[in-house]
Amino acid sequence: MIRSLEELQELAEKKRCDDEACKEELRVCIGSTCLSLGAEAIQKELDSGVKARGLEKRCRVKGVGCNGLCAAGVLVSQVNKASGTEILFESITESDAKALLDAYETGAVLESKRSDTTRAFFTKQKKIVLENAGYIDPDDIEDYIAHQGYAALFDTLTNALPGEVLDEVKLSGLRGRGGGGYPTGLKWESVAKVESEVKYIVCNGDEGDPGAFMDRAIMEADPHRILEGMALAGYACGAEQGYIYVRAEYPMAVEKLNRAIKQARQLGILGRHIADSGFSFDVEVRLGGGAFVCGEATALITSIEGNRGHPRQKPPHLSDSGLWNAPTVLNNVETFANIPPIIRNGGAWYRGFGTEKSPGTKVFALTGQIVNTGLVEVPMGMSLREIIEEIGGGIPDGKKFKAVQTGGPSGGCIPEQHMDTPVDYDSLKSLGSIMGSGGMIVMDEDSSMVEVARFFMEFCQSESCGKCAPCRVGTTELSKILGKFSRKEATARDLDQLRDLCEVVKETSLCGLGQTAPNPVTSTLKYFESEYLDAIRKENA
Amino acid sequence: MSVDTDARFKMVEKTMKKLGYDRSALIESLHTAQETFGYLEPEVLKYIARKLRLPFSKVYGVATFYHFFRLKPKGKHTLVVCMGTACYIKGANKLLDKLEARFGIKAGETTKDDLLSLLTARCVGSCSLAPIAIYDNRPVGKLDEERTLAEAEGMLS
Ligand SMILES: Cc1cc2nc3c(=O)[nH]c(=O)nc-3n(C[C@H](O)[C@H](O)[C@H](O)COP(=O)(O)O)c2cc1C
Ligand code: SF4
Ligand code: FES
Repeated sequence: MIRSLEELQELAEKKRCDDEACKEELRVCIGSTCLSLGAEAIQKELDSGVKARGLEKRCRVKGVGCNGLCAAGVLVSQVNKASGTEILFESITESDAKALLDAYETGAVLESKRSDTTRAFFTKQKKIVLENAGYIDPDDIEDYIAHQGYAALFDTLTNALPGEVLDEVKLSGLRGRGGGGYPTGLKWESVAKVESEVKYIVCNGDEGDPGAFMDRAIMEADPHRILEGMALAGYACGAEQGYIYVRAEYPMAVEKLNRAIKQARQLGILGRHIADSGFSFDVEVRLGGGAFVCGEATALITSIEGNRGHPRQKPPHLSDSGLWNAPTVLNNVETFANIPPIIRNGGAWYRGFGTEKSPGTKVFALTGQIVNTGLVEVPMGMSLREIIEEIGGGIPDGKKFKAVQTGGPSGGCIPEQHMDTPVDYDSLKSLGSIMGSGGMIVMDEDSSMVEVARFFMEFCQSESCGKCAPCRVGTTELSKILGKFSRKEATARDLDQLRDLCEVVKETSLCGLGQTAPNPVTSTLKYFESEYLDAIRKENA
Repeated sequence: MSVDTDARFKMVEKTMKKLGYDRSALIESLHTAQETFGYLEPEVLKYIARKLRLPFSKVYGVATFYHFFRLKPKGKHTLVVCMGTACYIKGANKLLDKLEARFGIKAGETTKDDLLSLLTARCVGSCSLAPIAIYDNRPVGKLDEERTLAEAEGMLS
C-alpha cells in the first residue's frame, strides 16, 4: 500500500535504482500491430537468448507499447540507460533475433535492420500523451510510477483543492479529443458545481471511427495514465466512481486496463481514502458491443446501463443527468491521458504547445496510401502538408496525393489546395471537415471520391440506430443515390436530390451520427464535383 | 443442455453475481455467455432474462442491437475480413469478393458443411497492416488476393 506522496516517491526511486542496476534494455513493441507480426515470439526468443548467453545482469528484455511506426514493425529498441542512447531496429522477425543478439553481445549493432531515427517521422513529433508509449511496460504499475506516474494525483490529494485542479485544466485550454473539441475544464466545472451525492466519471474508449486506433494504442501502451486522469477528474468534480467503456473488438486494451485497475487497487491508488486523504475513487471497465452510435455520449451512457444504445435528446445534459441520472463527466481516452502531464507541469506549460484556440498536441492515426503508416503525435497547428509529406513520408509508388480524409464517417475529404492549412479544430471545420478523433486516411490519385462518400454513407446507414426517421430513411436513400453515382448511372436530378437530402438529414437528425453523416458527401461535392458530374450518364445530362 | 448440470451457466452466473444481478449487468452477461457458449442460443438468453429479472424481449432486443453478439452458431473456422476505411481504401472489398466466390457464401454466412464462417469487421485497429483479415484469431496483414485465399485454404486443411 502506498499511503503518501513520499511513499510514492520512494517507490519510484527504488524502481529507478533497480532498473539502473541493469544498464541496458531490449524493448520489444507488443502493441496490437506488432503482436500480429509475431512480437511475442521475438520477445521470448530475445529473453531466452539473453539468458542463454549469460547477459541478464547487463540487459533486460521488456515488452512495451506502440512507439508509432507500425509500418515498420516489429520494432525492437536497444537502450543504454546510463548514456540515454537508443538504437531502434525495424522489421525484426523471429529469425533476426539471433543476429541482433550476436551483434549486441560483441558490442556491435545490427546495421542492416537499424532504423534511421533522424527522419522527420521521429524529429517532428512532440509526445505528451504518448510520452511513455514505447518506453514503459504497460503491465507493470511500478514502471509507470518510476516515470512520474501517479505523482500528479498524489501531489494533488496532498496539496491542492479540487478547485485548483479545475483551474489548471481550464488554464490549459484542453479541448475534448473525441471529436467535438468542447473545453474540458468547462465540462468539469459544470459537473463540479452541481450538488449531488453521487456523480460519475466516464471514459469513452469506444473508438468507433473505422480506420482510427489512437485510443487503442493509449489504452494498450499506458493504461495507468487514463486511470490517473480519471481519478483527477473525480477529485475535481466530486465523483467516486468511474467507468471505461471499451469496444469489445479491443480485447488487448480491455486486458491491459483490467490489469492496471487491479494493480492500482492493490497499491491503494484506487479504492478508499487514496493517499490517506478523504478522497475515494474506483474504476470499472464496461464492454461495448460493436455499435458505432454507442460512441455518442447519451447512447454510451444508456449502453452502460444495459440497454440498446439509443441516443436521446439533449438537454438534459450529462452534467445534470447522465449515468443513472447522476451528474456525469464523459471524456475521450486521449482527453484523460492529457490530464496527468497538465496537472504535473501546469496549465500554462500546456498552453505553450499548439495554437491559441487549440492548445496542446493531437495524436493521429496515419493510414491509407502513405509511406509511414502508424501513430503520430504533433503540436496542434502543424500543417497537413508537414504531417503527410514530412512525417508521413508522402505517397508510396510515386503516386500523386489526392485528398486526406479526417474525422471518419462524420468528417470530410480535404484536397491538395488546402494542404497548408494548420490542423486545429476550427481550421478543419472551416474546410468542411472536422478534426474528429484523429483518423487521417490519405488517398492517392487512383482513389475515387464518390466511392469514399458511398463507403461512409453505407457505414452510417448500417450504424444508424433507427430511432429517428431523417437518419434512418435519409442515409438509406443517400446510399442508394450514391450507389448510382458509383455505377455511373446517375442523372442530373440525382445530383440535386443528393444535395437536398444531405441538407435535410443534417438539419433534422436527432443525434450527431445523423447530423454529420452527410459530411463526407458535402465535402467531396465541394472539392471534387467533377467526379460526380462524370458519373452522370451522358444521355441523362 | 441443462441449467443444472451444464457448468457453462455457472460462468455466466459469476458475471451477474459480480455485478450484483443489476439490470445493467445484461451486456456484460451476454459477453460472458457468448465467450463460453460460442453464440447466444435462446436457452441462454432465457436464462439471463430470468436471473436478471428482465423480460425476454428486452434481452433479445439488446442482443440483436449490438453487432458483436451472434445468435447463430459459427462454423468450425472463422475468417473475419476487416472492412474499415483503411482496409477498404486498400482493396478489402476485392478480397471479400474473392472469398465469397471461392466458398460460395456471402459475408455473415456459414458454409453448408459448417466448416467456415465468413465475417466482416469494422476496423480491427491494425490499420497499418491494411488490408487485414483474421483467420481463427490470427491476424494476417498486407494481404493480396492470392495470399487471402491461400491462408484460407491453409486454415481449413
Ligand atoms: C455517432 C458518434 C460517435 C462517436 N464516437 C466517439 C468515439 O468513438 N469516441 C469518443 O471519444 N467520442 C465519440 N463521439 C463523441 C462523444 O459523443 C463525446 O462528444 C466525446 O466522447 C466527449 O469527450 P471529449 O470532450 O473528451 O471529446 C461520438 C459522437 C457521435 C455523434
Ligand atoms: S440520428 Fe441516427 S443514430 Fe442518431 S438517434 Fe437518429 S437514427 Fe439514431
Ligand atoms: S481499417 Fe482495417 S484495421 Fe483499421
